[in-house]
Amino acid sequence: MIALLSRDLALAIRAGGGFGLGLAFFLIVVTLVPFGVGPQSELLSRIAPGILWLGALLACLLSLDRILALDWEDGSLDLLATAPLPMEGIVSIKALAHWLTTGLPLVLAAPVLGLLLNLPQAGFVWLTLSLALGTPALSVIGTFGAALTVGLKRGGLLMSLLVLPLYVPTLIFGAEVARRGAQGMETQTPLLMLAGISLAVIALLPFASAAVLRVNLR
Amino acid sequence: MASIWEYANPKKFIDTTNRVIPALWALALVCLVVGLVWGFFFTPDDYRQGSTVKIFYLHVPSALMAINGWFMMLVASLIWIIRRHHVSALAARAAAPVGMVMTIIALLTGAIWGQPMWGTYWAWDPRLTSFLILFLFYLGYIALWSAIEDDDTAADLTAVLCLVGSVFAVLSRYAVNFWNQGLHQPASLSLDAEENVADVFFLPALPSMAGFVLLFIVLVLIRTQTEIRARRMRALLARERMQS
Repeated sequence: MIALLSRDLALAIRAGGGFGLGLAFFLIVVTLVPFGVGPQSELLSRIAPGILWLGALLACLLSLDRILALDWEDGSLDLLATAPLPMEGIVSIKALAHWLTTGLPLVLAAPVLGLLLNLPQAGFVWLTLSLALGTPALSVIGTFGAALTVGLKRGGLLMSLLVLPLYVPTLIFGAEVARRGAQGMETQTPLLMLAGISLAVIALLPFASAAVLRVNLR
Repeated sequence: MASIWEYANPKKFIDTTNRVIPALWALALVCLVVGLVWGFFFTPDDYRQGSTVKIFYLHVPSALMAINGWFMMLVASLIWIIRRHHVSALAARAAAPVGMVMTIIALLTGAIWGQPMWGTYWAWDPRLTSFLILFLFYLGYIALWSAIEDDDTAADLTAVLCLVGSVFAVLSRYAVNFWNQGLHQPASLSLDAEENVADVFFLPALPSMAGFVLLFIVLVLIRTQTEIRARRMRALLARERMQS
Protein backbone atom coordinates (compact mmCIF):
# COMPACT_ATOMS: atom_id res chain seq x y z
CA MET A 1 0.00 0.00 0.00
CA ILE A 2 2.84 2.35 0.80
CA ALA A 3 4.45 1.45 -2.50
CA LEU A 4 1.23 2.32 -4.27
CA LEU A 5 0.98 5.60 -2.41
CA SER A 6 4.55 6.61 -3.23
CA ARG A 7 4.05 5.61 -6.86
CA ASP A 8 0.91 7.74 -7.13
CA LEU A 9 2.59 10.67 -5.45
CA ALA A 10 5.67 10.41 -7.69
CA LEU A 11 3.47 10.23 -10.78
CA ALA A 12 1.46 13.22 -9.69
CA ILE A 13 4.51 15.35 -8.90
CA ARG A 14 6.75 14.41 -11.80
CA ALA A 15 4.48 13.65 -14.69
CA GLY A 16 2.89 16.50 -16.51
CA GLY A 17 2.17 19.14 -13.90
CA GLY A 18 -0.91 17.53 -12.40
CA PHE A 19 0.37 18.61 -9.04
CA GLY A 20 0.29 22.38 -9.51
CA LEU A 21 -2.70 22.43 -11.80
CA GLY A 22 -5.35 22.42 -9.12
CA LEU A 23 -3.50 25.11 -7.22
CA ALA A 24 -3.20 27.32 -10.30
CA PHE A 25 -6.90 26.85 -10.99
CA PHE A 26 -7.71 27.87 -7.42
CA LEU A 27 -5.62 31.02 -7.83
CA ILE A 28 -7.33 31.90 -11.11
CA VAL A 29 -10.83 31.44 -9.71
CA VAL A 30 -9.98 33.70 -6.77
CA THR A 31 -8.46 36.27 -9.13
CA LEU A 32 -11.50 36.29 -11.36
CA VAL A 33 -14.05 36.80 -8.59
CA PRO A 34 -13.28 40.50 -7.98
CA PHE A 35 -13.62 41.10 -11.74
CA GLY A 36 -17.05 39.56 -11.55
CA VAL A 37 -18.44 41.21 -8.44
CA GLY A 38 -16.41 44.42 -8.23
CA PRO A 39 -13.43 45.42 -6.11
CA GLN A 40 -15.23 46.80 -3.01
CA SER A 41 -13.32 45.35 -0.09
CA GLU A 42 -16.32 45.08 2.28
CA LEU A 43 -18.23 43.00 -0.24
CA LEU A 44 -15.19 40.81 -0.91
CA SER A 45 -14.52 40.20 2.74
CA ARG A 46 -18.13 39.19 3.22
CA ILE A 47 -18.12 36.61 0.43
CA ALA A 48 -14.49 35.53 0.84
CA PRO A 49 -15.13 32.33 2.86
CA GLY A 50 -17.70 31.10 0.38
CA ILE A 51 -15.54 31.94 -2.62
CA LEU A 52 -12.52 30.20 -1.16
CA TRP A 53 -14.55 27.11 -0.38
CA LEU A 54 -16.12 27.06 -3.84
CA GLY A 55 -12.72 27.56 -5.45
CA ALA A 56 -11.21 24.70 -3.47
CA LEU A 57 -14.15 22.48 -4.37
CA LEU A 58 -13.88 23.24 -8.08
CA ALA A 59 -10.11 22.74 -8.05
CA CYS A 60 -10.70 19.35 -6.43
CA LEU A 61 -13.31 18.47 -9.03
CA LEU A 62 -11.00 19.42 -11.87
CA SER A 63 -8.36 16.90 -10.89
CA LEU A 64 -10.71 13.99 -10.14
CA ASP A 65 -10.48 12.29 -13.50
CA ARG A 66 -6.75 11.90 -12.95
CA ILE A 67 -7.32 9.61 -9.98
CA LEU A 68 -8.26 6.51 -11.91
CA ALA A 69 -8.57 7.30 -15.61
CA LEU A 70 -4.85 7.10 -16.43
CA ASP A 71 -4.43 3.82 -14.59
CA TRP A 72 -7.49 2.51 -16.37
CA GLU A 73 -6.14 3.41 -19.78
CA ASP A 74 -2.72 1.81 -19.43
CA GLY A 75 -4.06 -1.26 -17.66
CA SER A 76 -2.31 -0.81 -14.35
CA LEU A 77 -5.71 -0.76 -12.67
CA ASP A 78 -6.24 -4.37 -13.77
CA LEU A 79 -2.86 -5.26 -12.33
CA LEU A 80 -3.75 -3.57 -9.06
CA ALA A 81 -7.05 -5.43 -8.97
CA THR A 82 -5.26 -8.76 -9.25
CA ALA A 83 -2.61 -7.76 -6.72
CA PRO A 84 -2.96 -9.16 -3.18
CA LEU A 85 -4.53 -5.94 -1.98
CA PRO A 86 -8.19 -5.39 -1.16
CA MET A 87 -9.94 -3.11 -3.60
CA GLU A 88 -11.10 -0.96 -0.69
CA GLY A 89 -7.46 -0.37 0.20
CA ILE A 90 -6.56 0.62 -3.35
CA VAL A 91 -9.42 3.08 -3.50
CA SER A 92 -8.53 4.58 -0.12
CA ILE A 93 -4.90 4.99 -1.14
CA LYS A 94 -5.94 6.62 -4.38
CA ALA A 95 -8.10 9.06 -2.44
CA LEU A 96 -5.27 9.75 0.00
CA ALA A 97 -2.84 10.41 -2.84
CA HIS A 98 -5.35 12.76 -4.41
CA TRP A 99 -5.77 14.60 -1.15
CA LEU A 100 -2.01 14.92 -0.62
CA THR A 101 -1.46 16.31 -4.09
CA THR A 102 -4.58 18.47 -4.38
CA GLY A 103 -6.35 18.97 -1.08
CA LEU A 104 -3.35 19.67 1.12
CA PRO A 105 -1.80 22.32 -1.18
CA LEU A 106 -5.22 23.99 -1.36
CA VAL A 107 -5.43 24.08 2.43
CA LEU A 108 -1.98 25.64 2.65
CA ALA A 109 -2.65 28.14 -0.13
CA ALA A 110 -6.08 29.22 1.10
CA PRO A 111 -4.85 31.73 3.75
CA VAL A 112 -2.69 33.50 1.16
CA LEU A 113 -5.61 33.77 -1.20
CA GLY A 114 -7.72 34.87 1.75
CA LEU A 115 -5.45 37.92 1.95
CA LEU A 116 -6.28 38.74 -1.66
CA LEU A 117 -9.98 38.62 -0.88
CA ASN A 118 -9.66 40.70 2.27
CA LEU A 119 -10.78 37.89 4.58
CA PRO A 120 -11.32 39.24 8.11
CA GLN A 121 -8.48 38.57 10.56
CA ALA A 122 -10.46 36.15 12.70
CA GLY A 123 -11.37 34.01 9.72
CA PHE A 124 -7.96 32.67 8.74
CA VAL A 125 -7.73 29.98 11.40
CA TRP A 126 -11.27 28.79 10.78
CA LEU A 127 -10.89 28.81 7.02
CA THR A 128 -7.74 26.70 7.17
CA LEU A 129 -9.22 24.38 9.76
CA SER A 130 -12.46 23.88 7.84
CA LEU A 131 -10.60 23.19 4.61
CA ALA A 132 -8.25 20.79 6.37
CA LEU A 133 -11.25 18.91 7.74
CA GLY A 134 -13.39 19.11 4.62
CA THR A 135 -11.04 18.45 1.70
CA PRO A 136 -10.44 14.79 2.64
CA ALA A 137 -14.18 14.25 2.27
CA LEU A 138 -14.03 15.95 -1.13
CA SER A 139 -11.25 13.60 -2.24
CA VAL A 140 -13.02 10.46 -1.03
CA ILE A 141 -16.36 11.43 -2.58
CA GLY A 142 -14.53 12.38 -5.74
CA THR A 143 -12.87 8.97 -5.89
CA PHE A 144 -16.33 7.42 -5.78
CA GLY A 145 -17.38 9.59 -8.73
CA ALA A 146 -14.19 8.71 -10.59
CA ALA A 147 -14.78 5.01 -9.97
CA LEU A 148 -18.35 5.33 -11.28
CA THR A 149 -17.32 6.93 -14.56
CA VAL A 150 -13.93 5.32 -15.14
CA GLY A 151 -15.11 3.11 -17.99
CA LEU A 152 -16.68 5.93 -19.99
CA LYS A 153 -15.03 7.63 -22.92
CA ARG A 154 -15.99 11.16 -22.02
CA GLY A 155 -16.86 10.76 -18.38
CA GLY A 156 -15.58 14.13 -17.19
CA LEU A 157 -18.74 16.15 -17.56
CA LEU A 158 -20.94 13.34 -16.31
CA MET A 159 -18.69 12.95 -13.29
CA SER A 160 -19.20 16.60 -12.36
CA LEU A 161 -22.94 16.08 -12.59
CA LEU A 162 -22.72 13.05 -10.30
CA VAL A 163 -20.20 14.39 -7.81
CA LEU A 164 -21.36 17.96 -7.29
CA PRO A 165 -24.69 17.06 -5.63
CA LEU A 166 -22.75 14.76 -3.31
CA TYR A 167 -20.55 17.70 -2.35
CA VAL A 168 -23.49 19.74 -1.06
CA PRO A 169 -23.38 18.78 2.65
CA THR A 170 -19.61 19.16 2.89
CA LEU A 171 -19.73 22.54 1.19
CA ILE A 172 -22.55 23.77 3.39
CA PHE A 173 -20.89 22.91 6.67
CA GLY A 174 -17.38 23.83 5.55
CA ALA A 175 -18.35 27.24 4.24
CA GLU A 176 -20.50 27.77 7.32
CA VAL A 177 -17.52 27.19 9.61
CA ALA A 178 -15.39 29.62 7.60
CA ARG A 179 -18.16 32.23 7.44
CA ARG A 180 -19.03 32.07 11.12
CA GLY A 181 -15.37 32.12 12.03
CA ALA A 182 -14.81 35.22 9.91
CA GLN A 183 -17.69 36.99 11.65
CA GLY A 184 -16.55 35.90 15.07
CA MET A 185 -19.56 33.70 15.73
CA GLU A 186 -19.70 30.33 17.45
CA THR A 187 -18.40 27.59 15.11
CA GLN A 188 -18.61 24.41 17.11
CA THR A 189 -21.75 22.86 15.61
CA PRO A 190 -20.82 23.12 11.92
CA LEU A 191 -17.25 22.16 12.73
CA LEU A 192 -18.37 18.96 14.43
CA MET A 193 -20.79 18.21 11.60
CA LEU A 194 -18.04 18.74 9.05
CA ALA A 195 -15.68 16.47 10.93
CA GLY A 196 -18.46 13.89 11.23
CA ILE A 197 -19.14 13.94 7.50
CA SER A 198 -15.44 13.59 6.72
CA LEU A 199 -14.94 10.68 9.09
CA ALA A 200 -18.09 8.86 8.00
CA VAL A 201 -17.24 9.30 4.34
CA ILE A 202 -13.66 8.10 4.84
CA ALA A 203 -14.90 5.08 6.76
CA LEU A 204 -17.79 4.02 4.53
CA LEU A 205 -17.51 5.35 1.01
CA PRO A 206 -14.41 3.28 -0.03
CA PHE A 207 -16.64 0.21 0.15
CA ALA A 208 -19.01 1.73 -2.39
CA SER A 209 -16.13 2.93 -4.56
CA ALA A 210 -14.54 -0.52 -4.48
CA ALA A 211 -17.82 -2.21 -5.37
CA VAL A 212 -18.30 0.14 -8.28
CA LEU A 213 -14.74 -0.32 -9.49
CA ARG A 214 -15.13 -4.09 -9.39
CA VAL A 215 -18.22 -3.79 -11.58
CA ASN A 216 -16.32 -1.59 -14.00
CA LEU A 217 -13.39 -3.99 -14.17
CA ARG A 218 -15.64 -7.01 -14.70
CA MET B 1 -50.74 -12.57 -5.99
CA ALA B 2 -47.50 -14.45 -6.29
CA SER B 3 -44.25 -13.31 -4.74
CA ILE B 4 -42.25 -10.64 -6.53
CA TRP B 5 -39.61 -13.18 -7.52
CA GLU B 6 -41.94 -14.68 -10.09
CA TYR B 7 -42.01 -11.35 -11.86
CA ALA B 8 -38.30 -11.57 -12.48
CA ASN B 9 -39.55 -13.47 -15.49
CA PRO B 10 -40.20 -10.64 -17.97
CA LYS B 11 -42.93 -12.48 -19.81
CA LYS B 12 -44.85 -13.11 -16.63
CA PHE B 13 -44.37 -9.48 -15.64
CA ILE B 14 -45.70 -8.18 -18.95
CA ASP B 15 -48.68 -10.55 -18.93
CA THR B 16 -49.71 -9.63 -15.42
CA THR B 17 -49.18 -5.90 -15.79
CA ASN B 18 -51.11 -5.92 -19.06
CA ARG B 19 -54.07 -7.17 -17.12
CA VAL B 20 -53.66 -4.66 -14.30
CA ILE B 21 -52.76 -1.52 -16.21
CA PRO B 22 -56.22 -0.65 -17.69
CA ALA B 23 -57.85 -0.90 -14.28
CA LEU B 24 -55.11 1.20 -12.69
CA TRP B 25 -55.45 3.81 -15.43
CA ALA B 26 -59.19 4.07 -14.85
CA LEU B 27 -58.75 4.31 -11.10
CA ALA B 28 -56.00 6.91 -11.41
CA LEU B 29 -58.10 9.05 -13.74
CA VAL B 30 -61.16 8.85 -11.51
CA CYS B 31 -59.13 9.83 -8.45
CA LEU B 32 -57.41 12.68 -10.26
CA VAL B 33 -60.62 14.05 -11.76
CA VAL B 34 -62.49 13.82 -8.45
CA GLY B 35 -59.63 15.31 -6.47
CA LEU B 36 -58.80 18.14 -8.86
CA VAL B 37 -62.39 19.10 -9.74
CA TRP B 38 -63.42 19.00 -6.10
CA GLY B 39 -60.33 20.92 -5.11
CA PHE B 40 -60.55 23.55 -7.85
CA PHE B 41 -64.28 24.23 -7.99
CA PHE B 42 -65.93 23.11 -4.79
CA THR B 43 -63.69 24.49 -2.09
CA PRO B 44 -64.06 28.01 -0.72
CA ASP B 45 -61.35 30.59 -1.35
CA ASP B 46 -58.93 30.97 1.50
CA TYR B 47 -59.49 34.23 3.37
CA ARG B 48 -55.87 35.23 3.03
CA GLN B 49 -54.63 33.48 -0.08
CA GLY B 50 -57.77 33.74 -2.21
CA SER B 51 -58.01 31.20 -4.99
CA THR B 52 -54.26 30.68 -5.27
CA VAL B 53 -54.55 28.14 -2.49
CA LYS B 54 -55.98 25.66 -5.00
CA ILE B 55 -52.63 24.94 -6.60
CA PHE B 56 -52.15 22.95 -3.38
CA TYR B 57 -53.90 20.03 -5.10
CA LEU B 58 -51.13 19.77 -7.67
CA HIS B 59 -48.23 20.92 -5.57
CA VAL B 60 -48.50 18.62 -2.57
CA PRO B 61 -49.19 15.32 -4.41
CA SER B 62 -46.40 15.91 -6.90
CA ALA B 63 -43.95 16.72 -4.11
CA LEU B 64 -45.10 13.56 -2.35
CA MET B 65 -44.39 11.46 -5.42
CA ALA B 66 -41.07 13.17 -6.10
CA ILE B 67 -39.75 11.89 -2.79
CA ASN B 68 -41.50 8.53 -2.86
CA GLY B 69 -40.33 8.00 -6.42
CA TRP B 70 -36.75 8.17 -5.27
CA PHE B 71 -37.61 5.88 -2.38
CA MET B 72 -39.12 3.36 -4.78
CA MET B 73 -35.94 3.50 -6.87
CA LEU B 74 -33.93 2.85 -3.73
CA VAL B 75 -35.96 -0.27 -2.89
CA ALA B 76 -35.83 -1.51 -6.48
CA SER B 77 -32.05 -0.97 -6.59
CA LEU B 78 -31.61 -2.91 -3.37
CA ILE B 79 -33.65 -5.80 -4.75
CA TRP B 80 -31.48 -5.76 -7.87
CA ILE B 81 -28.21 -5.68 -5.97
CA ILE B 82 -29.16 -8.39 -3.52
CA ARG B 83 -31.11 -10.79 -5.68
CA ARG B 84 -30.28 -9.90 -9.31
CA HIS B 85 -33.93 -9.24 -10.08
CA HIS B 86 -33.68 -7.89 -13.64
CA VAL B 87 -37.16 -6.43 -13.85
CA SER B 88 -36.50 -4.59 -10.62
CA ALA B 89 -33.45 -2.86 -12.09
CA LEU B 90 -35.50 -1.86 -15.11
CA ALA B 91 -38.29 -0.58 -12.86
CA ALA B 92 -35.79 1.65 -11.08
CA ARG B 93 -34.63 2.96 -14.42
CA ALA B 94 -38.22 3.48 -15.54
CA ALA B 95 -39.16 5.35 -12.39
CA ALA B 96 -36.40 7.96 -12.59
CA PRO B 97 -37.81 10.18 -15.34
CA VAL B 98 -41.29 10.00 -13.82
CA GLY B 99 -39.92 11.04 -10.45
CA MET B 100 -37.94 13.82 -12.06
CA VAL B 101 -41.03 15.19 -13.79
CA MET B 102 -42.86 15.10 -10.45
CA THR B 103 -40.00 17.12 -8.95
CA ILE B 104 -40.25 19.64 -11.78
CA ILE B 105 -44.02 19.92 -11.31
CA ALA B 106 -43.54 20.47 -7.58
CA LEU B 107 -40.90 23.14 -8.20
CA LEU B 108 -42.93 24.90 -10.90
CA THR B 109 -46.23 24.90 -9.05
CA GLY B 110 -44.33 26.03 -5.98
CA ALA B 111 -42.88 28.94 -7.93
CA ILE B 112 -46.27 29.87 -9.35
CA TRP B 113 -47.77 29.71 -5.88
CA GLY B 114 -44.84 31.53 -4.34
CA GLN B 115 -45.10 34.57 -6.57
CA PRO B 116 -48.45 35.89 -5.26
CA MET B 117 -47.91 34.61 -1.71
CA TRP B 118 -44.28 35.36 -0.91
CA GLY B 119 -43.75 37.96 -3.63
CA THR B 120 -41.03 35.88 -5.26
CA TYR B 121 -40.80 32.86 -7.52
CA TRP B 122 -37.81 31.49 -5.74
CA ALA B 123 -36.25 31.82 -2.31
CA TRP B 124 -33.33 29.87 -0.90
CA ASP B 125 -35.61 28.34 1.64
CA PRO B 126 -34.67 24.87 3.00
CA ARG B 127 -37.56 23.05 1.36
CA LEU B 128 -37.12 24.65 -2.03
CA THR B 129 -33.39 24.12 -1.95
CA SER B 130 -33.62 20.47 -1.03
CA PHE B 131 -36.03 19.88 -3.87
CA LEU B 132 -33.62 21.48 -6.27
CA ILE B 133 -30.91 19.16 -4.96
CA LEU B 134 -33.24 16.17 -5.36
CA PHE B 135 -33.76 17.25 -8.96
CA LEU B 136 -29.98 17.24 -9.48
CA PHE B 137 -29.79 13.73 -8.06
CA TYR B 138 -32.45 12.52 -10.51
CA LEU B 139 -30.55 14.20 -13.32
CA GLY B 140 -27.26 12.50 -12.44
CA TYR B 141 -28.95 9.12 -12.05
CA ILE B 142 -30.63 9.33 -15.45
CA ALA B 143 -27.45 10.60 -17.09
CA LEU B 144 -25.44 7.69 -15.71
CA TRP B 145 -28.00 5.17 -16.96
CA SER B 146 -27.90 6.55 -20.46
CA ALA B 147 -24.11 6.90 -20.55
CA ILE B 148 -23.23 3.24 -20.02
CA GLU B 149 -23.73 0.79 -22.86
CA ASP B 150 -23.64 -2.56 -21.09
CA ASP B 151 -27.01 -3.13 -19.41
CA ASP B 152 -25.88 -5.07 -16.36
CA THR B 153 -22.95 -2.74 -15.64
CA ALA B 154 -25.28 0.22 -15.92
CA ALA B 155 -27.77 -1.42 -13.58
CA ASP B 156 -25.07 -2.14 -11.00
CA LEU B 157 -23.48 1.30 -11.13
CA THR B 158 -26.75 3.20 -10.98
CA ALA B 159 -27.95 1.01 -8.13
CA VAL B 160 -24.88 1.89 -6.07
CA LEU B 161 -25.28 5.54 -7.04
CA CYS B 162 -28.89 5.39 -5.88
CA LEU B 163 -27.88 3.97 -2.49
CA VAL B 164 -25.07 6.46 -1.93
CA GLY B 165 -27.20 9.26 -3.35
CA SER B 166 -30.02 8.49 -0.91
CA VAL B 167 -27.70 8.87 2.05
CA PHE B 168 -26.36 12.13 0.69
CA ALA B 169 -29.82 13.39 -0.21
CA VAL B 170 -30.97 12.91 3.38
CA LEU B 171 -27.75 14.49 4.63
CA SER B 172 -28.26 17.45 2.31
CA ARG B 173 -31.79 17.90 3.57
CA TYR B 174 -30.56 18.39 7.12
CA ALA B 175 -27.51 20.37 6.06
CA VAL B 176 -29.73 22.75 4.12
CA ASN B 177 -32.02 23.13 7.11
CA PHE B 178 -29.04 24.06 9.22
CA TRP B 179 -27.62 26.38 6.60
CA ASN B 180 -30.72 28.46 6.23
CA GLN B 181 -31.36 28.83 9.93
CA GLY B 182 -27.80 30.00 10.08
CA LEU B 183 -28.38 32.65 7.44
CA HIS B 184 -31.69 34.18 8.32
CA GLN B 185 -35.19 33.44 9.50
CA PRO B 186 -37.00 31.09 7.14
CA ALA B 187 -39.56 32.67 4.84
CA SER B 188 -43.16 32.77 6.03
CA LEU B 189 -43.42 29.02 5.95
CA SER B 190 -46.61 28.84 7.94
CA LEU B 191 -48.46 29.52 4.68
CA ASP B 192 -46.95 26.35 3.32
CA ALA B 193 -47.34 24.10 6.34
CA GLU B 194 -49.71 21.24 5.81
CA GLU B 195 -50.56 20.95 9.49
CA ASN B 196 -52.78 23.98 9.67
CA VAL B 197 -54.91 23.05 6.70
CA ALA B 198 -58.59 22.89 7.48
CA ASP B 199 -60.67 19.85 6.56
CA VAL B 200 -62.52 21.70 3.79
CA PHE B 201 -59.24 21.99 1.98
CA PHE B 202 -57.72 18.73 3.15
CA LEU B 203 -60.43 16.24 2.10
CA PRO B 204 -60.15 16.88 -1.68
CA ALA B 205 -56.38 16.51 -1.32
CA LEU B 206 -56.82 12.84 -0.42
CA PRO B 207 -58.22 11.68 -3.79
CA SER B 208 -55.76 13.84 -5.67
CA MET B 209 -52.86 12.35 -3.71
CA ALA B 210 -54.20 8.85 -4.36
CA GLY B 211 -54.53 9.79 -8.02
CA PHE B 212 -50.90 10.88 -8.20
CA VAL B 213 -49.76 7.68 -6.51
CA LEU B 214 -51.75 5.57 -8.96
CA LEU B 215 -50.58 7.65 -11.89
CA PHE B 216 -47.00 7.14 -10.82
CA ILE B 217 -47.48 3.38 -10.53
CA VAL B 218 -49.15 3.11 -13.93
CA LEU B 219 -46.47 5.19 -15.63
CA VAL B 220 -43.68 3.19 -14.03
CA LEU B 221 -45.29 -0.12 -15.04
CA ILE B 222 -45.73 1.03 -18.63
CA ARG B 223 -42.20 2.37 -18.81
CA THR B 224 -40.85 -0.87 -17.35
CA GLN B 225 -42.68 -2.81 -20.05
CA THR B 226 -41.15 -0.52 -22.64
CA GLU B 227 -37.68 -1.10 -21.22
CA ILE B 228 -38.19 -4.86 -21.32
CA ARG B 229 -39.40 -4.72 -24.91
CA ALA B 230 -36.53 -2.44 -25.93
CA ARG B 231 -34.04 -4.84 -24.43
CA ARG B 232 -35.71 -7.79 -26.12
CA MET B 233 -35.54 -5.99 -29.43
CA ARG B 234 -31.85 -5.28 -29.00
CA ALA B 235 -31.28 -8.97 -28.31
CA LEU B 236 -33.23 -9.93 -31.43
CA LEU B 237 -31.30 -7.47 -33.58
CA ALA B 238 -28.02 -8.75 -32.20
CA ARG B 239 -29.04 -12.33 -32.98
CA GLU B 240 -30.00 -11.39 -36.53
CA ARG B 241 -26.67 -9.71 -37.08
CA MET B 242 -24.90 -12.80 -35.80
CA GLN B 243 -26.72 -15.02 -38.31
CA SER B 244 -26.18 -12.84 -41.37
